[in-house]
Amino acid sequence: MAIAADITTGWFLENAWVIPIIPAIGFALIILIGKRLPMKGAELGLLSMAGALVLSSGAAYQWIQRTDSVAGGDEHAGPFGVIAGLARAVAASEGGHAEPFVAPVVRAWTWWESGGVEFGFGQHVDGLSVMLIFLVSFISLLVQVYSLEYVRGDRRFTHFFAALTLFSAGMLVMVLAENMVQLILGWEIMGLCSFMLIGHWWEELPNARAALKAFFTVRVGDVGLLVGTATVFFGANAWTQEHLGVSGFNIEGISAWAMSGEASHLVLLWASIALFVACIGKSGQFPLHTWLPDAMAGPTPVSSLLHSSTMVVAGVFLVARLYPVFWEGFSITDSSVNLIVVISAITIVISALLAFVQNDIKKVLAYSTVGQLGYMMLGLGAGAWLPAVFHIFTHAFFKCALFLCAGSVSHSGSHHSFDMKQDMGGLAKKMPVTATCWIICSLALAGVFPLAGFFSKDEIIDNVGHNGYTVFMWIALGGAFLTAAYTARATYLTFFGEPRGAAAYGGDEAHGHEVAAATSSHDATHDVQQEGELEADDHGAVALATADHGGHGHGHDDHGEHHPPHESGKLILVPIVILTFLAIFSGFTNATPFGESWHKFQEYVEPRAEAVPLEELATEEAAGEAGRAGILRVADAVAAEDGGAGEEAASHATGCGHEAPEAGAVCFFPAPDHAEFKWSKAALSLVIVAAGLVLSWAVCTVLYTRRSGALVGLTERSRLARAGYLFLANKYYLDALYEGVIVRAIAYPIARAAYWINQYVIDGIVNAAGWAGRKVGAFFYRNIDQRVVDGAVNASGAVADGTGTALRPVQSGKVNQYGALLFAAAAIGAVVLVIVNV
Amino acid sequence: MLAANFLLLGAVLFCIGVFGVLARRNAVMVLMSVELILNAVNLNLIAFALMNGNVDGQVFALYVIAVAAAEVGVGLGMVLLVYRNRRSIALDELSEMKG
Repeated sequence: MAIAADITTGWFLENAWVIPIIPAIGFALIILIGKRLPMKGAELGLLSMAGALVLSSGAAYQWIQRTDSVAGGDEHAGPFGVIAGLARAVAASEGGHAEPFVAPVVRAWTWWESGGVEFGFGQHVDGLSVMLIFLVSFISLLVQVYSLEYVRGDRRFTHFFAALTLFSAGMLVMVLAENMVQLILGWEIMGLCSFMLIGHWWEELPNARAALKAFFTVRVGDVGLLVGTATVFFGANAWTQEHLGVSGFNIEGISAWAMSGEASHLVLLWASIALFVACIGKSGQFPLHTWLPDAMAGPTPVSSLLHSSTMVVAGVFLVARLYPVFWEGFSITDSSVNLIVVISAITIVISALLAFVQNDIKKVLAYSTVGQLGYMMLGLGAGAWLPAVFHIFTHAFFKCALFLCAGSVSHSGSHHSFDMKQDMGGLAKKMPVTATCWIICSLALAGVFPLAGFFSKDEIIDNVGHNGYTVFMWIALGGAFLTAAYTARATYLTFFGEPRGAAAYGGDEAHGHEVAAATSSHDATHDVQQEGELEADDHGAVALATADHGGHGHGHDDHGEHHPPHESGKLILVPIVILTFLAIFSGFTNATPFGESWHKFQEYVEPRAEAVPLEELATEEAAGEAGRAGILRVADAVAAEDGGAGEEAASHATGCGHEAPEAGAVCFFPAPDHAEFKWSKAALSLVIVAAGLVLSWAVCTVLYTRRSGALVGLTERSRLARAGYLFLANKYYLDALYEGVIVRAIAYPIARAAYWINQYVIDGIVNAAGWAGRKVGAFFYRNIDQRVVDGAVNASGAVADGTGTALRPVQSGKVNQYGALLFAAAAIGAVVLVIVNV
Repeated sequence: MLAANFLLLGAVLFCIGVFGVLARRNAVMVLMSVELILNAVNLNLIAFALMNGNVDGQVFALYVIAVAAAEVGVGLGMVLLVYRNRRSIALDELSEMKG
């Protein structure tokens, strides 16, 4: 028996489709009229992001209201209110009463229809979407404010803001996507903007190459996206059309199909693998992670927005959004190893190791991002949906802040250089705000209590272990140690110790980003030779070099004058401070140590794993509205499944995701298992993190101040250490494999072979067909047309001619002959008459 | 018995007339042969009237005689015209066709 409940909706939820349109219009306006405006188009970008933020906040607020309205309030009287009150107290995972499913607000408009399949655009607003649209618009706004100062005076200032705005539009389109086609559209818009922004200073070849590398690497993954979408479509379409009346592209339909128990496991497995390949490309997992560090060639706002908090999260979002497909395809709840966790564990380890040998501060952060994305994927692959999504939320804040701090350091401290060894050091005194924010965010990244990273990363590790993926839990703990260690190293090199290079301003030093050929230690496209020594260079006379800058050629339009390190301006610092503030406090939105009532994030973002009876789903079109209402009609009642049996049955082993829903009901989300927080478990990870920090700090102080005879110059003396260093510095030779082997093989031999096939086989077939046609035609002409057809015609003429010649003598003109003929005919006539009549 | 002799005479006259039509050069002789044929037919008609005992044959013979007279008039008129144009009434000189 279904219990009807009043579920609220609101203007912001119904019209969330407007949110991506605002930045899209902003983009168009910036392109058209931006250059003529007083702030050169930046004001349009800021306005559109602010508008998107306002609408997103409204949508978030109304979503919270909606979720609350479904559960009922404590103040409601009556039996339902009591049950709802019980629901509040104990979450489903702990064996309590399952809360009813909160229907997402889905609307769709058909663009065109062919073959019974409708293609269109729409919105799918649920907790995950709401969280992400808020996150994207908030961080985009802060980054655009930051860019006002950072990119000031740039040669393509207007286009920069246009591309940033378009990117935000693309991500918002993707996050709100109601169907897979729209998701792919947003995905590709983001890829385009990433390309444009990484190659913002494309006049320097390394930047252009980095942009191309990013685009093509992600493109390789996108094959998986298309294959996966097609696989899912062909698998789901029949089921969704029959049960829910929507096509196999509709995301709600896909989720319901995956959970229905009627989906072929093989189809789900292949679709999961294909879609995960797309995530490997977009979210920088092994083996397609190589583009992310190179993407640091773009301006720092781009790195902070796209390549840390928002765009690279698109892959994680894809998995989270289509989680039922992966849950069933990889049998997440029943196995202890699957593709996702393996890849993400490898990613965590290799990225953490690589971060140790980077001299470029942005590259450290890039590898850190790759590793943290690995954590998110690990969480998702091990059934810890909510911790992974929560980590998206918190990671965005502190990682974005870290990138903005790096930009602040380069902008005002190291004269546009990002090289920690050459141009930084001792900046803590001169840039106190930046240093403080950096340190706080680094501690958040490492996962120190009570900063945000602790709550999210620890939850992931805890749940991974709880769900049976024990090996991976230990790998993740190891990764946490390494994270703390390289973060400490980066902090030390940047803010402590002796100032070097541009950070030690004094005299006529050259610009910080020009490299002395002798101490080249950039991880350029050519192989790295050796670990460069730190130059504690007081006067910093660095020879001008025209060497290729490798991965991060800075075409930064300098301001010309050189100045000593100082704190950055307000436009730079305010976004950093805001984000740091959130890095400190955002963890408390889901602070598991403090009890159930602190689980706000979980309550509002995680979809409920309850079966919804099909009778509750209405598919009729709202009269007179432009859009078709989604599967779950917004104002309709959505209720808990059968009040009696459902309450006891809401335990770990049953419910959506563990068994098929009964006939007449559909599930939209599996029931994950939430590990219970214990301080003993958390203490282990805190100890590990502390050990990493302390150990690394000790090594740094000893190594970089040249105090220890054992450690200094280790890679020069020990062949093993040197080999290890080179292996890491060349990024495991993966780039050499991809570019030197694979791309070169395709570009030369395979391309030539393809050309040969084209010219001689395919064209040969066409030419042969033409030649054969000609020959057949000639044959037909000679033998049939000329001989047979013309022969017949000629023969008829000859026959006529012959007959005429034969009959001509009858007309001789001789009267006697005429008389003879007359009598002969008369005689014959008489004989015939006689014979006939007798 | 009696009629058979008439029929035989008629047949002989008919054959002689046919021969004359086909083989004579002179146009007037051809016309005379045609008369002979017609008279042979008359004889046949009279003989059959005698054999059948009614007088229809004889009446028909009167008609034939009248028609023959008319036809000779027309025929001789044509011969006259041919003579005026060709100065000869030999039938084998009438053709102007070549070949």
